[in-house]
Amino acid sequence: MSLRARVVVERPRFRLDAALEVADGEVVALLGPNGAGKTTALRALAGLTQNRGSVVLDGEVLDRVPPERRRVGVVFQDYLLFPHLSVVDNVAFGPRCRGTGRAAARREAMEWLERTGLAEYADVKPRSLSGGQAQRVALARALAVHPRLLLLDEPLAALDAGTRLEIRARLRQHLAGFEAATVLVTHDALDAMVLADRIVVLERGAIVQEGTPAEITRRPRTDYVARLVGLNLYRGRAADGVVELAAGGRLSVDAPVTGEVFVAFPPSAVALYAQRPEGSPRNVWRGTVMGVERQGDRVRVELSGAPPVVADVTPAAVAELELLAGQPVWAAVKATETHAYPAQV
Amino acid sequence: MGSKQRILAVVAVVAMLGLAGCGGSDKPANEPVASGSADSLTGTVTVLAASSLTEVFDQLGKQFEAAHHGVKVTFSYGGSSTLAQQIVNGAPADVFAAASPATMKTVTSAGMASESPTVFVRNQLVIAVGPGNPKHIAGLADLIKPGVKVALCAAAVPCGAAAKTALSAAGVNLKPVTLEQDVKSALSKVELGEVDAALVYRTDAKSASGKVEGVEFPESAKAINDYPIAALKDAPNPDGAKAFVAFILSAPARDAMVQVGFQAP
Amino acid sequence: MRRIPPALLVPAVLGLLFLVLPLVGLLVRTPWTSVPRLLAAPDSLNALRLSLVTATLATVLSLVLGVPLAWLLARVRFPGRRLVRALVTIPLVLPPVVGGVALLLVFGRRGLVGSWWGLSLPFTTAGVVVAEAFVAMPFLVVAVEGALLAADLRYEEAAVTLGASRWTVFRRITLPMVGPGVVAGAVLCWARALGEFGATITFAGNFPGRTQTMPLAVYLALESDPDAAILLSLVLLLVSVAVLVGLRGRWIGEGGMA
Repeated sequence: MSLRARVVVERPRFRLDAALEVADGEVVALLGPNGAGKTTALRALAGLTQNRGSVVLDGEVLDRVPPERRRVGVVFQDYLLFPHLSVVDNVAFGPRCRGTGRAAARREAMEWLERTGLAEYADVKPRSLSGGQAQRVALARALAVHPRLLLLDEPLAALDAGTRLEIRARLRQHLAGFEAATVLVTHDALDAMVLADRIVVLERGAIVQEGTPAEITRRPRTDYVARLVGLNLYRGRAADGVVELAAGGRLSVDAPVTGEVFVAFPPSAVALYAQRPEGSPRNVWRGTVMGVERQGDRVRVELSGAPPVVADVTPAAVAELELLAGQPVWAAVKATETHAYPAQV
Repeated sequence: MGSKQRILAVVAVVAMLGLAGCGGSDKPANEPVASGSADSLTGTVTVLAASSLTEVFDQLGKQFEAAHHGVKVTFSYGGSSTLAQQIVNGAPADVFAAASPATMKTVTSAGMASESPTVFVRNQLVIAVGPGNPKHIAGLADLIKPGVKVALCAAAVPCGAAAKTALSAAGVNLKPVTLEQDVKSALSKVELGEVDAALVYRTDAKSASGKVEGVEFPESAKAINDYPIAALKDAPNPDGAKAFVAFILSAPARDAMVQVGFQAP
Repeated sequence: MRRIPPALLVPAVLGLLFLVLPLVGLLVRTPWTSVPRLLAAPDSLNALRLSLVTATLATVLSLVLGVPLAWLLARVRFPGRRLVRALVTIPLVLPPVVGGVALLLVFGRRGLVGSWWGLSLPFTTAGVVVAEAFVAMPFLVVAVEGALLAADLRYEEAAVTLGASRWTVFRRITLPMVGPGVVAGAVLCWARALGEFGATITFAGNFPGRTQTMPLAVYLALESDPDAAILLSLVLLLVSVAVLVGLRGRWIGEGGMA
């Protein structure tokens, strides 16, 4: 293990307490809603915020090492390129601080810029760079100090949707080539899935779920994660193939589980009917339409009921059922389309 | 605007002018002036006087007030040349008492005096030194000894002009460290110990006795300062002005001034 | 265009006149015919040169001491910081003459420091610089501290993660980023030092060529040669206007010291 850390930060009415382990070459995403403590965790790892826990990097305890001597590279949100220095001087700043001579530091910086394809921008000021270019310069600047740990704070948040896809792919390449541990913070599930080998979900200062992107997607453990990955998620108690839901109602599932479980299914698995459907699915319950929203070629329908549920239906179905807010409707889900798994890990 | 407000407004403007003109003085005469004999004097008499007159005029002012009930005398002291400029620029004052004929001339040639000035006392320079005379200064020649710092008045003020005359009479080529804008600040530099000696009036040295000592020197006889006094043409209180000038020229006032070190003219 | 309420317009115009008329008076009364004679007078030139030199030295002294002081106030948490901040601004509200007396009591021949180091500052050009710096430095400190407080601290943190020591951060990041604030503060400081009168005449005395700066020369000339006083005032006015023009768009244009 390259990074082994527990970050504990106390603030008035907020407490962050999270344990992190990241191997060399591994990219871990800290995923969570705003205010979950992601950035605070990152700052604690960098030494910019007082940590009451402990940070061990490559076997060295960093708790008493000031940030300027930790060799932790940080790509900040908004990148924070020094506006008064040229691009190459921004990248050369780290090597200069570590005692490299002016000429050697600039040479080194030029190599980094060539590697990121920005050599032609070496002498311009950061304000004339695009968002994606600024991000690459910020990454080059962080990597130029040969960090033992790389931290990225919302590296894609400052970019517009159009360039985001390409830049995300490029960032993934760069991170794949980096041999030390990487922790990135994001509130965007897709960024986390694409960029990270492993995802750590942080909510209200605590870790609520950890796993590979595939695990997280398949088996969300909190409403937040379920919403992020677009699933209906319920917690309940299972016995004989039937789960009594904490949110009300019951669901038949197609899995041999007992005790505390999660049940998840995608909105597309929900069918809506004006009348109670006869026969087929085992899970049928009554709800009221709370909202209707078009999403691409599907329409997302939010229902209240026991349990509340989100359904994706075709526009044709909406027209046929005359779905309007406040209208009663029947929801049905096949047991085989549900996914049930134990709540205890 | 009613007549009451009008009077208040006039009073306010006059008061402002007074403050602007003569810094320290309280307020100029603005009450109506009763005509008639000196005994029926009222109001305020504003006197601009050379700063070397500070102590004795304060004392004489009280005597004047005691002799004329209902009259208040306010003084504004400063370098004579500063005061002369203030009068020329329209400061509302009744009497000007200068420390030299030259500064009084500024006022008379501007036509600001209501009468020709009268010399009421004379003053002589002494060398003011610190208590115990630590640098053993006995005369003007000692002032150019190495390590002796001397303050003089600026040549524009009477004490500076007198010092210049005395020094050239003695043939002493003195390099002062500072040229102060009035005699009191030259004296205070000695009191503070920032300089070893200053050429000031005998009366000033006397008024600061205990904190400074005065060393007499023969050349001071060549630079005796005449102090002229005059009532001013634009005096807000002309009767008060006349009475005050007469009082200063009277025998009792002269005696009081001789007592603090002035010479009778 | 919307109507301007007379209740605002009338006082505003009066205020403008109040500020501008004295300057007009100075121009109207300038004795243009005697300008060459007066400007050629060695005392005037000496006073002007001395003023420029001492104001510049006082500004340099204020930069050397004031910028680190502003940094300390803006960046380091220490007990009594609020008190220190208040102390720093005292010379802003203190009558300069009082400042001069206080300087005498400390740096005078018998002062707290003066008697101990045996060096005498009063009546020397160095004394003028000290008096001017005492009065003018708070302008610089306040301006620079404001700029530091307004600067984005995250850039300094970014520099720290790249391995920069506090000194390096200050030198290579903080100072360049608050550069405009430092320049504005220095210009203000210089202008204040140039106009310094009370502390200078009290602490450094008045001697042509050594301690007689322009404001002192103006004051004393008023008593003997009013024409010279008007002309010297005009020269000071021109210098002030040049400074204001230099500041335009920076301090006045953007409004506020911070």
